[in-house]
Amino acid sequence: MHAINYESPKTVADAVKLLAAHGEKARPLVGGTDLIIQLRAGTRRPEYVVDVKHIPEMSRISFSMQHGLHLGAAVPCIEIYENADMRRYYPGLTEAAHLIGSLQIQSRASVGGNLCNGSPAGDATPALIALGAKARVVGPKGERTVPVETFITAPGRTVLQPGELLVELLIDAPAKHSSDAYLRFIPRNEMDIAVVGVGAALTLDLADDRVVDARIALGAVGPTPIFAAEASKSLVGKKLDAAAIENAGRLATSVATPIDDMRGTAEFRRHIVGVLTRRVLTIAADRARQNEQR
Amino acid sequence: MVKKVIVEAMINGDPVELLCEPRQSLLEVLRDELDMTGSKEGCLTGDCGACTVLVDGRPVCSCLMLGVEAAGKSVTTIEGLATGATLHILQQKFLEHASLQCGICTPGFLMSAKALLDHNPNPTEADIRYALAGNLCRCTGYDKIVKAVIDAAKHVADGVGTSHHGKVPRKSTAEATRDLLKGQEVK
Repeated sequence: MHAINYESPKTVADAVKLLAAHGEKARPLVGGTDLIIQLRAGTRRPEYVVDVKHIPEMSRISFSMQHGLHLGAAVPCIEIYENADMRRYYPGLTEAAHLIGSLQIQSRASVGGNLCNGSPAGDATPALIALGAKARVVGPKGERTVPVETFITAPGRTVLQPGELLVELLIDAPAKHSSDAYLRFIPRNEMDIAVVGVGAALTLDLADDRVVDARIALGAVGPTPIFAAEASKSLVGKKLDAAAIENAGRLATSVATPIDDMRGTAEFRRHIVGVLTRRVLTIAADRARQNEQR
Repeated sequence: MVKKVIVEAMINGDPVELLCEPRQSLLEVLRDELDMTGSKEGCLTGDCGACTVLVDGRPVCSCLMLGVEAAGKSVTTIEGLATGATLHILQQKFLEHASLQCGICTPGFLMSAKALLDHNPNPTEADIRYALAGNLCRCTGYDKIVKAVIDAAKHVADGVGTSHHGKVPRKSTAEATRDLLKGQEVK
Protein backbone atom coordinates (compact mmCIF):
# COMPACT_ATOMS: atom_id res chain seq x y z
CA MET A 1 0.00 0.00 0.00
CA HIS A 2 1.24 3.52 -0.78
CA ALA A 3 2.06 5.91 2.06
CA ILE A 4 -0.93 7.70 3.60
CA ASN A 5 -1.56 10.30 6.25
CA TYR A 6 -4.08 9.35 8.90
CA GLU A 7 -6.33 11.90 10.58
CA SER A 8 -9.07 11.27 13.12
CA PRO A 9 -11.09 14.46 13.65
CA LYS A 10 -13.55 14.65 16.54
CA THR A 11 -16.15 16.90 14.91
CA VAL A 12 -17.95 17.07 11.57
CA ALA A 13 -16.58 20.62 11.09
CA ASP A 14 -12.98 19.44 11.49
CA ALA A 15 -13.56 16.47 9.19
CA VAL A 16 -15.06 18.70 6.49
CA LYS A 17 -12.15 21.13 6.87
CA LEU A 18 -9.68 18.28 6.25
CA LEU A 19 -11.69 16.85 3.36
CA ALA A 20 -12.09 20.29 1.76
CA ALA A 21 -8.40 21.14 2.18
CA HIS A 22 -7.27 17.95 0.43
CA GLY A 23 -10.14 17.53 -2.06
CA GLU A 24 -9.74 14.45 -4.24
CA LYS A 25 -6.61 13.50 -2.29
CA ALA A 26 -8.67 12.72 0.83
CA ARG A 27 -11.08 9.88 1.52
CA PRO A 28 -13.17 9.26 4.65
CA LEU A 29 -12.60 5.96 6.46
CA VAL A 30 -15.24 4.10 8.44
CA GLY A 31 -15.04 0.29 8.40
CA GLY A 32 -12.31 0.12 5.78
CA THR A 33 -13.83 -3.08 4.39
CA ASP A 34 -13.97 -1.51 0.93
CA LEU A 35 -11.46 1.35 1.28
CA ILE A 36 -8.49 -0.64 2.62
CA ILE A 37 -8.93 -3.21 -0.16
CA GLN A 38 -9.02 -0.36 -2.71
CA LEU A 39 -5.89 1.22 -1.18
CA ARG A 40 -4.04 -2.08 -1.29
CA ALA A 41 -5.13 -2.78 -4.87
CA GLY A 42 -4.22 0.79 -5.87
CA THR A 43 -7.69 1.49 -7.29
CA ARG A 44 -7.96 4.49 -4.95
CA ARG A 45 -4.86 6.44 -4.02
CA PRO A 46 -5.81 9.10 -1.46
CA GLU A 47 -2.95 10.80 0.39
CA TYR A 48 -5.17 11.51 3.38
CA VAL A 49 -7.39 8.98 5.09
CA VAL A 50 -9.85 10.71 7.40
CA ASP A 51 -11.18 8.34 10.06
CA VAL A 52 -14.64 9.67 10.99
CA LYS A 53 -15.45 7.07 13.66
CA HIS A 54 -14.49 9.43 16.50
CA ILE A 55 -17.21 11.92 15.59
CA PRO A 56 -20.06 11.34 18.06
CA GLU A 57 -22.98 12.31 15.78
CA MET A 58 -21.72 9.91 13.11
CA SER A 59 -21.38 7.00 15.53
CA ARG A 60 -24.82 6.93 17.11
CA ILE A 61 -28.24 5.48 16.51
CA SER A 62 -30.86 7.90 17.79
CA PHE A 63 -34.53 6.95 17.53
CA SER A 64 -37.75 8.44 18.84
CA MET A 65 -41.33 8.39 17.59
CA GLN A 66 -41.16 12.19 17.52
CA HIS A 67 -37.91 12.65 15.61
CA GLY A 68 -37.64 9.36 13.75
CA LEU A 69 -34.29 7.71 13.14
CA HIS A 70 -30.88 9.35 12.91
CA LEU A 71 -28.48 6.64 11.84
CA GLY A 72 -24.88 7.84 11.99
CA ALA A 73 -22.94 7.05 8.82
CA ALA A 74 -20.17 5.39 10.87
CA VAL A 75 -22.37 3.00 12.90
CA PRO A 76 -21.19 -0.55 12.22
CA CYS A 77 -23.80 -3.05 10.99
CA ILE A 78 -23.48 -5.11 14.17
CA GLU A 79 -24.78 -2.18 16.26
CA ILE A 80 -27.81 -1.94 14.00
CA TYR A 81 -29.01 -5.47 14.63
CA GLU A 82 -28.04 -5.33 18.30
CA ASN A 83 -30.34 -2.31 18.67
CA ALA A 84 -33.88 -3.19 19.83
CA ASP A 85 -35.48 -0.12 18.18
CA MET A 86 -33.88 -0.97 14.84
CA ARG A 87 -35.07 -4.58 14.97
CA ARG A 88 -38.57 -3.52 15.95
CA TYR A 89 -39.19 -0.49 13.74
CA TYR A 90 -36.93 -1.09 10.74
CA PRO A 91 -36.69 -4.89 10.39
CA GLY A 92 -35.96 -4.72 6.65
CA LEU A 93 -33.02 -2.37 7.04
CA THR A 94 -31.85 -4.48 9.99
CA GLU A 95 -31.93 -7.68 7.96
CA ALA A 96 -30.00 -5.96 5.16
CA ALA A 97 -27.30 -4.89 7.67
CA HIS A 98 -27.21 -8.49 8.90
CA LEU A 99 -26.50 -9.77 5.38
CA ILE A 100 -23.46 -7.63 4.62
CA GLY A 101 -20.44 -9.95 4.70
CA SER A 102 -19.29 -11.96 7.69
CA LEU A 103 -19.46 -11.02 11.38
CA GLN A 104 -15.89 -9.72 10.99
CA ILE A 105 -17.11 -7.38 8.25
CA GLN A 106 -20.28 -6.40 10.14
CA SER A 107 -18.19 -5.42 13.17
CA ARG A 108 -16.59 -2.69 11.04
CA ALA A 109 -18.66 -1.94 7.93
CA SER A 110 -21.41 0.68 8.13
CA VAL A 111 -24.59 1.29 6.16
CA GLY A 112 -23.30 4.82 5.42
CA GLY A 113 -20.03 3.45 4.05
CA ASN A 114 -21.94 0.86 2.02
CA LEU A 115 -23.88 3.74 0.43
CA CYS A 116 -20.80 5.92 -0.19
CA ASN A 117 -18.97 3.03 -1.84
CA GLY A 118 -21.61 3.42 -4.54
CA SER A 119 -22.02 -0.23 -5.45
CA PRO A 120 -25.22 -1.04 -7.36
CA ALA A 121 -25.33 -4.31 -5.38
CA GLY A 122 -24.96 -2.92 -1.83
CA ASP A 123 -27.51 -4.65 0.39
CA ALA A 124 -28.37 -1.67 2.59
CA THR A 125 -29.22 0.73 -0.22
CA PRO A 126 -32.52 -0.76 -1.49
CA ALA A 127 -33.63 -1.09 2.17
CA LEU A 128 -32.84 2.61 2.73
CA ILE A 129 -34.62 3.69 -0.46
CA ALA A 130 -37.70 1.65 0.51
CA LEU A 131 -37.84 3.51 3.83
CA GLY A 132 -37.54 6.88 2.07
CA ALA A 133 -34.22 7.57 3.81
CA LYS A 134 -32.46 10.89 3.27
CA ALA A 135 -28.73 11.40 3.44
CA ARG A 136 -27.58 14.41 5.49
CA VAL A 137 -24.46 15.68 3.78
CA VAL A 138 -22.21 18.39 5.22
CA GLY A 139 -19.63 20.19 3.10
CA PRO A 140 -17.57 23.36 3.03
CA LYS A 141 -20.55 25.33 1.66
CA GLY A 142 -23.01 24.10 4.27
CA GLU A 143 -25.32 21.13 4.46
CA ARG A 144 -27.97 19.50 2.29
CA THR A 145 -30.17 16.43 2.37
CA VAL A 146 -30.25 14.05 -0.56
CA PRO A 147 -32.87 11.31 -1.07
CA VAL A 148 -30.98 8.01 -1.05
CA GLU A 149 -32.47 6.98 -4.42
CA THR A 150 -30.49 9.81 -6.07
CA PHE A 151 -27.30 9.42 -3.97
CA ILE A 152 -25.51 6.89 -6.20
CA THR A 153 -25.02 8.28 -9.71
CA ALA A 154 -23.02 5.49 -11.40
CA PRO A 155 -21.13 2.37 -10.24
CA GLY A 156 -18.71 3.62 -7.55
CA ARG A 157 -19.88 7.24 -7.93
CA THR A 158 -22.09 9.35 -5.68
CA VAL A 159 -23.42 12.90 -5.46
CA LEU A 160 -20.73 13.75 -2.88
CA GLN A 161 -18.53 16.62 -4.04
CA PRO A 162 -14.92 16.99 -2.88
CA GLY A 163 -15.01 18.09 0.75
CA GLU A 164 -18.50 16.72 1.38
CA LEU A 165 -19.20 14.13 4.05
CA LEU A 166 -22.21 11.86 4.58
CA VAL A 167 -22.94 12.47 8.28
CA GLU A 168 -26.11 10.49 8.90
CA LEU A 169 -29.16 8.88 7.38
CA LEU A 170 -32.56 10.25 8.34
CA ILE A 171 -35.66 8.07 8.30
CA ASP A 172 -39.18 8.97 9.45
CA ALA A 173 -40.63 7.18 12.46
CA PRO A 174 -42.80 4.31 11.24
CA ALA A 175 -46.49 5.10 10.75
CA LYS A 176 -49.06 2.83 12.38
CA HIS A 177 -49.39 -0.44 10.46
CA SER A 178 -46.25 0.10 8.46
CA SER A 179 -43.14 -2.04 8.09
CA ASP A 180 -40.35 -3.02 5.73
CA ALA A 181 -38.52 -6.05 4.41
CA TYR A 182 -35.41 -6.84 2.37
CA LEU A 183 -34.50 -10.01 0.51
CA ARG A 184 -31.60 -10.81 -1.74
CA PHE A 185 -30.89 -13.74 -3.98
CA ILE A 186 -27.50 -15.41 -3.77
CA PRO A 187 -26.67 -18.95 -4.89
CA ARG A 188 -25.59 -19.96 -1.36
CA ASN A 189 -26.68 -19.29 2.22
CA GLU A 190 -24.10 -16.76 3.38
CA MET A 191 -21.25 -14.51 2.37
CA ASP A 192 -22.01 -13.50 -1.18
CA ILE A 193 -22.80 -10.44 -3.25
CA ALA A 194 -26.42 -9.93 -4.28
CA VAL A 195 -27.46 -11.30 -7.65
CA VAL A 196 -30.68 -9.37 -7.03
CA GLY A 197 -31.82 -7.49 -3.91
CA VAL A 198 -35.29 -6.05 -3.31
CA GLY A 199 -36.47 -3.86 -0.46
CA ALA A 200 -40.04 -2.77 0.24
CA ALA A 201 -41.82 -0.63 2.82
CA LEU A 202 -45.59 -0.57 3.22
CA THR A 203 -48.16 1.35 5.23
CA LEU A 204 -51.60 -0.24 5.43
CA ASP A 205 -55.05 0.96 6.43
CA LEU A 206 -56.43 -2.11 8.16
CA ALA A 207 -59.99 -0.75 8.40
CA ASP A 208 -60.64 -1.22 4.70
CA ASP A 209 -57.49 -3.31 4.08
CA ARG A 210 -55.85 -0.92 1.63
CA VAL A 211 -52.33 0.28 0.97
CA VAL A 212 -51.73 3.85 2.16
CA ASP A 213 -48.10 4.05 1.06
CA ALA A 214 -45.65 1.74 -0.68
CA ARG A 215 -42.02 1.98 -1.77
CA ILE A 216 -40.11 -0.72 -3.64
CA ALA A 217 -36.38 -0.55 -4.45
CA LEU A 218 -34.13 -2.87 -6.45
CA GLY A 219 -30.43 -3.65 -6.14
CA ALA A 220 -27.89 -5.29 -8.50
CA VAL A 221 -30.13 -4.98 -11.57
CA GLY A 222 -28.83 -1.70 -13.02
CA PRO A 223 -25.83 0.62 -12.85
CA THR A 224 -27.27 2.10 -9.63
CA PRO A 225 -29.90 0.91 -7.14
CA ILE A 226 -33.37 1.63 -8.57
CA PHE A 227 -36.45 3.13 -6.94
CA ALA A 228 -39.34 1.30 -8.63
CA ALA A 229 -41.67 4.31 -8.66
CA GLU A 230 -44.43 2.91 -10.86
CA ALA A 231 -44.55 -0.42 -9.07
CA SER A 232 -44.76 1.45 -5.76
CA LYS A 233 -47.51 3.79 -6.97
CA SER A 234 -49.53 0.91 -8.41
CA LEU A 235 -50.24 -0.36 -4.90
CA VAL A 236 -51.42 2.87 -3.28
CA GLY A 237 -55.15 2.85 -2.55
CA LYS A 238 -55.44 -0.80 -3.60
CA LYS A 239 -56.25 -3.90 -1.65
CA LEU A 240 -53.04 -5.88 -1.26
CA ASP A 241 -54.33 -9.04 -2.93
CA ALA A 242 -52.53 -11.54 -5.14
CA ALA A 243 -53.37 -9.58 -8.32
CA ALA A 244 -51.97 -6.29 -6.91
CA ILE A 245 -48.79 -8.01 -5.72
CA GLU A 246 -48.38 -9.79 -9.08
CA ASN A 247 -48.84 -6.49 -10.92
CA ALA A 248 -46.29 -4.69 -8.71
CA GLY A 249 -43.81 -7.50 -9.38
CA ARG A 250 -44.36 -7.12 -13.12
CA LEU A 251 -43.90 -3.32 -12.98
CA ALA A 252 -40.73 -3.68 -10.84
CA THR A 253 -39.34 -6.15 -13.40
CA SER A 254 -39.99 -3.65 -16.20
CA VAL A 255 -37.62 -1.02 -14.69
CA ALA A 256 -34.76 -3.46 -14.03
CA THR A 257 -31.89 -3.12 -16.51
CA PRO A 258 -29.61 -5.98 -15.45
CA ILE A 259 -26.56 -7.26 -17.26
CA ASP A 260 -25.30 -10.79 -17.88
CA ASP A 261 -22.35 -11.60 -15.67
CA MET A 262 -20.85 -14.49 -13.72
CA ARG A 263 -23.50 -14.05 -11.00
CA GLY A 264 -26.46 -14.48 -13.31
CA THR A 265 -27.94 -13.69 -16.69
CA ALA A 266 -30.04 -10.59 -17.30
CA GLU A 267 -33.06 -12.79 -18.04
CA PHE A 268 -32.67 -14.72 -14.78
CA ARG A 269 -32.23 -11.49 -12.82
CA ARG A 270 -35.40 -9.98 -14.29
CA HIS A 271 -37.29 -13.11 -13.29
CA ILE A 272 -35.89 -12.92 -9.74
CA VAL A 273 -36.90 -9.25 -9.42
CA GLY A 274 -40.53 -10.34 -9.83
CA VAL A 275 -40.17 -13.23 -7.37
CA LEU A 276 -38.43 -11.18 -4.67
CA THR A 277 -40.77 -8.20 -5.10
CA ARG A 278 -43.77 -10.44 -4.46
CA ARG A 279 -42.06 -12.01 -1.45
CA VAL A 280 -40.89 -8.77 0.21
CA LEU A 281 -44.34 -7.21 -0.22
CA THR A 282 -45.90 -10.22 1.48
CA ILE A 283 -43.39 -10.12 4.35
CA ALA A 284 -43.66 -6.34 4.79
CA ALA A 285 -47.47 -6.57 4.80
CA ASP A 286 -47.47 -9.31 7.45
CA ARG A 287 -45.18 -7.20 9.61
CA ALA A 288 -47.19 -4.02 9.00
CA ARG A 289 -50.42 -5.71 10.14
CA GLN A 290 -48.74 -6.53 13.46
CA ASN A 291 -47.23 -3.09 13.94
CA GLU A 292 -49.62 -1.27 16.26
CA GLN A 293 -47.18 1.51 17.10
CA ARG A 294 -48.48 5.07 17.25
CA MET B 1 7.15 12.38 3.88
CA VAL B 2 4.77 10.42 6.05
CA LYS B 3 5.74 10.27 9.67
CA LYS B 4 5.43 7.24 11.87
CA VAL B 5 2.87 7.61 14.61
CA ILE B 6 2.77 6.39 18.18
CA VAL B 7 -0.14 4.10 18.96
CA GLU B 8 -1.14 3.09 22.47
CA ALA B 9 -3.40 0.08 22.79
CA MET B 10 -4.14 -2.81 25.12
CA ILE B 11 -2.98 -6.04 23.50
CA ASN B 12 -3.96 -9.26 25.26
CA GLY B 13 -4.41 -7.32 28.47
CA ASP B 14 -1.02 -5.57 28.34
CA PRO B 15 -0.64 -1.86 27.61
CA VAL B 16 1.47 -1.56 24.46
CA GLU B 17 3.01 1.53 22.92
CA LEU B 18 4.24 1.13 19.37
CA LEU B 19 5.47 3.09 16.41
CA CYS B 20 3.90 2.40 13.03
CA GLU B 21 3.20 3.88 9.64
CA PRO B 22 -0.44 4.84 8.97
CA ARG B 23 -0.49 2.56 5.91
CA GLN B 24 0.30 -0.54 7.95
CA SER B 25 -2.64 -2.81 8.67
CA LEU B 26 -3.23 -4.03 12.20
CA LEU B 27 -2.14 -7.45 10.92
CA GLU B 28 1.20 -6.05 9.69
CA VAL B 29 1.69 -4.22 12.98
CA LEU B 30 1.02 -7.39 14.99
CA ARG B 31 3.24 -9.59 12.85
CA ASP B 32 6.05 -7.26 11.75
CA GLU B 33 6.30 -4.72 14.59
CA LEU B 34 5.29 -6.85 17.59
CA ASP B 35 6.51 -10.25 16.31
CA MET B 36 3.13 -11.72 17.13
CA THR B 37 2.88 -14.05 14.17
CA GLY B 38 -0.06 -16.12 15.42
CA SER B 39 -2.54 -14.10 13.34
CA LYS B 40 -2.19 -15.31 9.75
CA GLU B 41 -2.25 -13.49 6.44
CA GLY B 42 -4.55 -15.20 3.98
CA CYS B 43 -6.48 -13.30 1.33
CA LEU B 44 -5.97 -9.66 2.41
CA THR B 45 -9.52 -8.92 1.27
CA GLY B 46 -11.61 -9.92 4.28
CA ASP B 47 -12.84 -13.17 2.76
CA CYS B 48 -10.86 -15.87 4.58
CA GLY B 49 -10.80 -14.75 8.24
CA ALA B 50 -7.30 -16.16 8.93
CA CYS B 51 -6.28 -12.77 10.41
CA THR B 52 -9.28 -12.52 12.76
CA VAL B 53 -8.59 -10.79 16.09
CA LEU B 54 -10.98 -9.30 18.63
CA VAL B 55 -11.16 -5.53 18.93
CA ASP B 56 -13.10 -4.43 22.00
CA GLY B 57 -14.53 -7.97 22.05
CA ARG B 58 -15.71 -8.02 18.43
CA PRO B 59 -14.18 -10.16 15.69
CA VAL B 60 -12.52 -8.16 12.91
CA CYS B 61 -10.24 -8.97 10.00
CA SER B 62 -6.96 -7.39 11.10
CA CYS B 63 -5.95 -7.09 7.43
CA LEU B 64 -8.84 -4.64 6.89
CA MET B 65 -8.04 -2.36 9.81
CA LEU B 66 -5.19 0.09 10.04
CA GLY B 67 -2.81 -0.32 12.98
CA VAL B 68 -3.39 3.33 13.90
CA GLU B 69 -7.09 2.61 14.31
CA ALA B 70 -6.24 0.37 17.28
CA ALA B 71 -5.32 3.44 19.37
CA GLY B 72 -7.21 3.28 22.65
CA LYS B 73 -8.71 -0.11 21.79
CA SER B 74 -8.38 -3.48 23.44
CA VAL B 75 -7.06 -6.08 21.00
CA THR B 76 -7.12 -9.83 21.70
CA THR B 77 -5.09 -12.12 19.47
CA ILE B 78 -4.54 -15.87 19.41
CA GLU B 79 -1.47 -15.29 21.61
CA GLY B 80 -3.82 -14.11 24.37
CA LEU B 81 -6.08 -17.16 24.29
CA ALA B 82 -4.19 -19.65 26.47
CA THR B 83 -3.29 -18.88 30.05
CA GLY B 84 0.29 -19.90 30.58
CA ALA B 85 0.59 -23.54 29.58
CA THR B 86 -3.15 -24.08 30.03
CA LEU B 87 -4.95 -24.08 26.73
CA HIS B 88 -8.25 -22.29 26.36
CA ILE B 89 -11.15 -24.75 26.26
CA LEU B 90 -11.59 -24.02 22.54
CA GLN B 91 -7.94 -24.84 21.81
CA GLN B 92 -8.26 -28.03 23.84
CA LYS B 93 -11.40 -29.09 21.97
CA PHE B 94 -9.84 -28.29 18.59
CA LEU B 95 -7.03 -30.71 19.48
CA GLU B 96 -9.41 -33.39 20.79
CA HIS B 97 -11.64 -33.22 17.71
CA ALA B 98 -8.71 -32.95 15.27
CA SER B 99 -10.23 -29.71 13.99
CA LEU B 100 -7.12 -28.68 12.13
CA GLN B 101 -4.80 -30.05 9.51
CA CYS B 102 -2.50 -27.45 7.98
CA GLY B 103 -3.37 -24.98 10.75
CA ILE B 104 -3.28 -21.70 8.83
CA CYS B 105 -6.96 -21.00 9.43
CA THR B 106 -6.96 -22.18 13.05
CA PRO B 107 -6.07 -18.94 14.89
CA GLY B 108 -8.84 -17.12 13.01
CA PHE B 109 -11.38 -19.85 13.72
CA LEU B 110 -10.46 -19.86 17.41
CA MET B 111 -10.87 -16.08 17.69
CA SER B 112 -14.23 -16.12 15.89
CA ALA B 113 -15.37 -19.00 18.10
CA LYS B 114 -14.21 -17.14 21.22
CA ALA B 115 -16.17 -14.04 20.15
CA LEU B 116 -19.25 -16.24 19.75
CA LEU B 117 -18.96 -18.03 23.11
CA ASP B 118 -18.17 -14.79 24.97
CA HIS B 119 -21.37 -13.37 23.52
CA ASN B 120 -23.57 -16.46 23.47
CA PRO B 121 -22.45 -19.32 25.75
CA ASN B 122 -25.27 -21.60 24.50
CA PRO B 123 -25.13 -21.41 20.71
CA THR B 124 -27.05 -23.73 18.42
CA GLU B 125 -25.19 -25.46 15.61
CA ALA B 126 -26.71 -22.90 13.24
CA ASP B 127 -25.42 -20.05 15.44
CA ILE B 128 -21.95 -21.60 15.31
CA ARG B 129 -21.97 -22.09 11.56
CA TYR B 130 -23.20 -18.53 11.10
CA ALA B 131 -20.55 -17.10 13.44
CA LEU B 132 -17.83 -19.01 11.57
CA ALA B 133 -19.08 -18.13 8.08
CA GLY B 134 -16.33 -15.53 7.76
CA ASN B 135 -13.58 -18.12 8.24
CA LEU B 136 -12.48 -20.43 5.45
CA CYS B 137 -10.82 -23.83 5.92
CA ARG B 138 -9.70 -25.89 2.93
CA CYS B 139 -8.64 -28.97 4.93
CA THR B 140 -11.21 -30.12 7.44
CA GLY B 141 -14.56 -29.71 5.74
CA TYR B 142 -15.67 -27.63 8.76
CA ASP B 143 -17.51 -30.43 10.53
CA LYS B 144 -14.75 -31.14 13.05
CA ILE B 145 -14.42 -27.44 13.78
CA VAL B 146 -18.14 -27.09 14.43
CA LYS B 147 -18.08 -30.20 16.65
CA ALA B 148 -15.20 -28.79 18.69
CA VAL B 149 -17.06 -25.52 19.25
CA ILE B 150 -20.24 -27.40 20.24
CA ASP B 151 -18.21 -29.45 22.72
CA ALA B 152 -16.42 -26.38 24.10
CA ALA B 153 -19.75 -24.57 24.51
CA LYS B 154 -21.11 -27.57 26.42
CA HIS B 155 -18.16 -27.41 28.79
CA VAL B 156 -18.59 -23.67 29.26
CA ALA B 157 -22.32 -24.18 29.94
CA ASP B 158 -21.56 -26.97 32.45
CA GLY B 159 -19.03 -24.74 34.17
CA VAL B 160 -16.22 -27.16 33.33
CA GLY B 161 -13.15 -25.40 32.08
CA THR B 162 -14.86 -22.07 31.68
CA SER B 163 -12.74 -19.25 30.45
CA HIS B 164 -10.05 -19.06 33.13
CA HIS B 165 -9.40 -15.41 32.52
CA GLY B 166 -9.78 -13.55 35.77
CA LYS B 167 -9.23 -16.62 37.93
CA VAL B 168 -5.55 -17.10 37.24
CA PRO B 169 -3.27 -14.07 37.48
CA ARG B 170 -2.49 -12.90 33.98
CA LYS B 171 0.96 -13.26 32.57
CA SER B 172 2.36 -10.95 29.96
CA THR B 173 1.80 -12.00 26.36
CA ALA B 174 5.46 -12.84 25.91
CA GLU B 175 5.53 -15.00 29.03
CA ALA B 176 2.31 -16.72 28.12
CA THR B 177 3.54 -17.43 24.60
CA ARG B 178 6.81 -18.82 25.92
CA ASP B 179 5.03 -21.03 28.42
CA LEU B 180 2.65 -22.24 25.77
CA LEU B 181 5.47 -23.17 23.44
CA LYS B 182 7.25 -24.97 26.28
CA GLY B 183 4.11 -26.95 27.07
CA GLN B 184 3.79 -27.97 23.42
CA GLU B 185 7.37 -29.10 22.92
CA VAL B 186 7.66 -32.38 21.07
CA LYS B 187 9.38 -34.86 23.32
